[in-house]
Amino acid sequence: MLKQLAKCIREYKKPTFITLFFIILEVVIEVFIPFITSNLVNAIKAGAEMSFVVKNGVFLAILACLSLSCGAIAGFSCSKASAGFAKNLRHDMFEKIQGFSFENIDKFSSSSLVTRMTTDVSHVQMSYMMIIRTAIRAPLMLIFSITMAYIMGGSLAGTFVVVIPVLVIGLLTVARFAMPAFRRVFKKYDRLNESIEENVRAMRVVKGFSREEYEKKKFMTASDEIRADFTKAERTVALNTPIMQFCLYFNMIFVLLVGSRLTIVGKGQIIDIGQISAMLTYGVQVLMSLMMLSMIYVMLTMSIESMKRICEVLSEESSLKNPENPVCEIKDGSIEFKNVNFKYSKEAEKFALSNINLAIESGMTVGVIGGTGSSKTTLVSLVARLYDTTEGAVLVGGRDVREYDLEALRSSVAMVLQKNLLFSGTIRENLLWGNKEAAQDEIEEACKLSQAHDFIVSFPDGYETKIEQGGTNVSGGQKQRLCIARALLRKPKILVLDDSTSAVDTRTDALIREGFKKYIPETTKIIIAQRISSVQDADMIIVMDNGKISAVGKHDTLISESEIYKEVYYQQIGGGEQNEEK
Amino acid sequence: MKKNNAQRPPRPKFEKGKNPIARTFKMLVGFYPVLFPLAVVCIIFSAATSAIPALFQQEVLASIEKWFTTGNWEAAKEEIIPMIILLASLYLISIICITAQSQLMAYMTQGFLDKMRRKMFGGMQDLPIKYFDTNKHGDIMSHYTNDIDTLRQLVSQSIPALIQSGIIVTVVFSIMLYFSIWMTLLLVLGVFAMMLVSKKIGGGSAKYFVRQQKAMGKNEGFVQEMMNGQKVVKVFCHENDSQKDFDKINEQLYEDSFKAHAYANSLGPIIMNIGNIMYVLVAMVGGLFLLSGLPNLSLSGKVFSISILVPFLNMTKQFTGNINTVSQQVNSIAMGMAGAQRIFALMDEAAEADDGYVTLVNAEVSEDGSIKESDVRTGKWAWKHPHSDGSLTYTLLKGDVTLEEVDFAYEEGKDVLHNISVYAKPGQKVAFVGATGAGKTTITNLINRFYDIADGKIRYDGININKIKKSDLRRSLGIVLQETNLFTGTVMDNIRYGRLDATDEECIEAARLSGADDFITRLPKGYNTELSNNGSNLSQGQRQLIAIARAAVADPPVMILDEATSSIDTRTEAIVQRGMDKLMEGRTVFVIAHRLSTVMNSDVIMVLDHGRIIERGDHKKLIEEKGTYYQLYTGAFELE
Repeated sequence: MLKQLAKCIREYKKPTFITLFFIILEVVIEVFIPFITSNLVNAIKAGAEMSFVVKNGVFLAILACLSLSCGAIAGFSCSKASAGFAKNLRHDMFEKIQGFSFENIDKFSSSSLVTRMTTDVSHVQMSYMMIIRTAIRAPLMLIFSITMAYIMGGSLAGTFVVVIPVLVIGLLTVARFAMPAFRRVFKKYDRLNESIEENVRAMRVVKGFSREEYEKKKFMTASDEIRADFTKAERTVALNTPIMQFCLYFNMIFVLLVGSRLTIVGKGQIIDIGQISAMLTYGVQVLMSLMMLSMIYVMLTMSIESMKRICEVLSEESSLKNPENPVCEIKDGSIEFKNVNFKYSKEAEKFALSNINLAIESGMTVGVIGGTGSSKTTLVSLVARLYDTTEGAVLVGGRDVREYDLEALRSSVAMVLQKNLLFSGTIRENLLWGNKEAAQDEIEEACKLSQAHDFIVSFPDGYETKIEQGGTNVSGGQKQRLCIARALLRKPKILVLDDSTSAVDTRTDALIREGFKKYIPETTKIIIAQRISSVQDADMIIVMDNGKISAVGKHDTLISESEIYKEVYYQQIGGGEQNEEK
Repeated sequence: MKKNNAQRPPRPKFEKGKNPIARTFKMLVGFYPVLFPLAVVCIIFSAATSAIPALFQQEVLASIEKWFTTGNWEAAKEEIIPMIILLASLYLISIICITAQSQLMAYMTQGFLDKMRRKMFGGMQDLPIKYFDTNKHGDIMSHYTNDIDTLRQLVSQSIPALIQSGIIVTVVFSIMLYFSIWMTLLLVLGVFAMMLVSKKIGGGSAKYFVRQQKAMGKNEGFVQEMMNGQKVVKVFCHENDSQKDFDKINEQLYEDSFKAHAYANSLGPIIMNIGNIMYVLVAMVGGLFLLSGLPNLSLSGKVFSISILVPFLNMTKQFTGNINTVSQQVNSIAMGMAGAQRIFALMDEAAEADDGYVTLVNAEVSEDGSIKESDVRTGKWAWKHPHSDGSLTYTLLKGDVTLEEVDFAYEEGKDVLHNISVYAKPGQKVAFVGATGAGKTTITNLINRFYDIADGKIRYDGININKIKKSDLRRSLGIVLQETNLFTGTVMDNIRYGRLDATDEECIEAARLSGADDFITRLPKGYNTELSNNGSNLSQGQRQLIAIARAAVADPPVMILDEATSSIDTRTEAIVQRGMDKLMEGRTVFVIAHRLSTVMNSDVIMVLDHGRIIERGDHKKLIEEKGTYYQLYTGAFELE
């Protein structure tokens, strides 16, 4: 896992190493400074010459400046390294996701992908920064300080034999109890936030049923539970401070007590005062670096979850592969299904499609009809190779879709998805998704064909009208027509409309189909619809039921031969021949 | 000077008493009037006990110095041991104080956050629907996530650190003045330099942290949109383009994040080393004083000596160390301030006003037709209407809703509804047909007073709805919206949301009535199936059926169905329709639908266009009129 993440550091290895280098330098200087200050103090006490004081002072000032520069450079470069690392992580994840097949996309929910790309990356960035700043510094400081303490303090350094184990055990125990508690709390915290979101989204329902008080009570209980758990976790962590203080103070008392005795008994021969004060300083440093180490440990374990979740995305392999020698030319818009069976995942018990055999000629208009869950959408998804068949093959233009270059195939097979989306930006920008190079007259042509031109020009800003995120400022029918225009701009050989005119009125719907017939006769058109009127005049109507083709034929034959078709037809006719609009 | 002022961005100014930090502090004290001062006392003690021992150490060292040439430990012991014992007891107090302080702060921080969350959430429930219509949900959410997190940092870290450092600095400063004013002045100079640096670098860091926050929001927004539309991206082979767009945003985020941290990370070493340089300066100037014998100026009047210089050096270290601590808090204070400000803004939003005094009560109707209030559910309801003369009248709840010449505008000057009059007799089904934006949903928003009308009158059983308590008014209206919202919990819980005291049997009965029972019983755990994420494991149609059952269990006399069956396919709708018809029996119903089949059998159909009723009548009459409705019906006209 770490290896995979480390790969994303790339060009930010340099600032990482610069950080490490300058931090080592800084540590060395930092360890020297107390050494020199104590010399200086001793010299002043001994009533040394002013020139000696000045000389030492200047030296110290230079060291301080050096340490300042090292610290600033290290701070600068570690920020660069960690921010860059985060950038690369986000870039790589986004790239990976762009390469996902529909199957991969189904596996991760979009909200979980968002969290992975935001919060999780931030966590990793922070711990990376922390690690390169302190992972070298802390152990180095520890070694330096202990060594210096031994050199300077001699037997006084024996205090560490007691203090270090106490501190280490203390900190580790706290970490061991606190971390699972934190993990639990964070999970609960996420759930609380989810329920707040739910509440905000459902505010009309809440108010409609006058459930404000009920919601408040529900929230109070949840919030209180989090408070209790969080307090417990935080209080455990708060024990770190007194443990640390205890060790620090123990060290001081020990050094002073034993040191003073040794000094006086040995008349300054065994140990002198300078050594005592050095021991006091280095003692603080030793404990500080231990504290830092424990913080790294906590940081690391806390961000491990985030790392795991990032790696899940990075190591996800797209289930669709481009063939070795892809065919980039799609001959025509003919489609053939040969003994196709399909299920969404290997574990699924039921086939979503079974035993599909079908031949569609280029240029035909094909209607697909059937109830919810009859796998209409699944059927057409296979044409654009959004999924691969489980068994059997789908042929487009006489060749297996798996032989084509994916991009070439999808450029020729334009899908207007059922759950369609416009992106924030102008209408023109959205339309250009279909074809980046489209000229204004091409755009207008496509929009006229999809009956969108008239309403677009009726907007004050025309084609430059801004679309809000999710396309909330156009009506359902307008959105669908824009999506059709976007697909038409691809100039596809096969056009698939998955329930794409459900919000369009019947007259406009008819006009669109008429336009298709007149202006894009060579394009194979597959139209999934709820309304019989949308498919009635198709060259071929496929009736789907429960993942199987129940009947194929023209309107006239189906009306007498297919029970399902008949039922749907009469129901819709019974309710007024053409009865849906908006 | 003037020019300089003009270029400077205006500093955020707060009205008196509106400074978010001060307000946070005030609330903290308000929540914990005993514990918080106690914690402050602990902080003071621990600050003092960690400042004083530094002096003691010197004393001990000085005695050792005095005695070590003699080698007489027994004699020295008499002097040294008591001092060490004193030191140890000071340390003990310090540890006790620190333990108490850190435990108290942990307890109070979480308690504070909990109280803030509750206050925010509680306040939010009472906000008018307008607030939710005009603010992005993600933005509202971030109050509970990002902003609360900044407060956590502020309360648990920054405030104690500020208090502690403030105390230590004051104490040390006074001791310094006591010893030597000249030397203190020198130190003040150094502190001044540090403050300057802190302000410069800390300000830069705060600026970029705010920018980073913004860039993060942008990044999140983009990723969210792209992840939702990933399938569209795929079918249009738009992967490379969105990658390019993303990289641009990503680069910006990197820049801001890098700079924010670069400033923050270099601040520490810079301050620390200015501290080191100060140390040297004090040592040198002190040495100079000693050697040259310049006169000392001090509060104590002491002559400058080595016994002053050495503790002075120690205090210099302590002083600068604490200034460093404060400067490290600059970021979290800046972010906490922004967070607190947003939180207070939400808390200060005006709650939905409700001056209604007519309430809904359970009613018993005696044989002579008089109405009596009842404590138990009788299945009959009445409006309890207190009058200014102190008398009470009861009006039986029937479901007679009338709108008289109603005008309404969401924004001043942009009228959405003009002169709307609707008369719905008890048990009638009234339908609204019209284009998006024609004002159909707006009418229902007015009936349940999500918004208040600008002009005209709405009466419910003859009572002006402005007089009715909002919660009671809404309780008497069942709504099913186009966008179904289910809650985390079981299917049963979700149905019961309509009436909290409904029994399981009543819930199942309601589900049966609305045609939801069939699919619910086929779910793996039936009514106990857990729903999450707005019922994402159900189809849109199934979710709508549950929403209909939820309204059914409330058993309201008036129902509003806003595109309630839009996502059910025509085959299923036929099944639902039977249930719905049964559900609508004996109730006043307002229906909004784009499928004319849903509204055809209504008693009255209103065709709305740009906020005006252009046609009204039943299906037959409207068809005969051959107007807009007829065109819609024959599909000659599209609603946009």
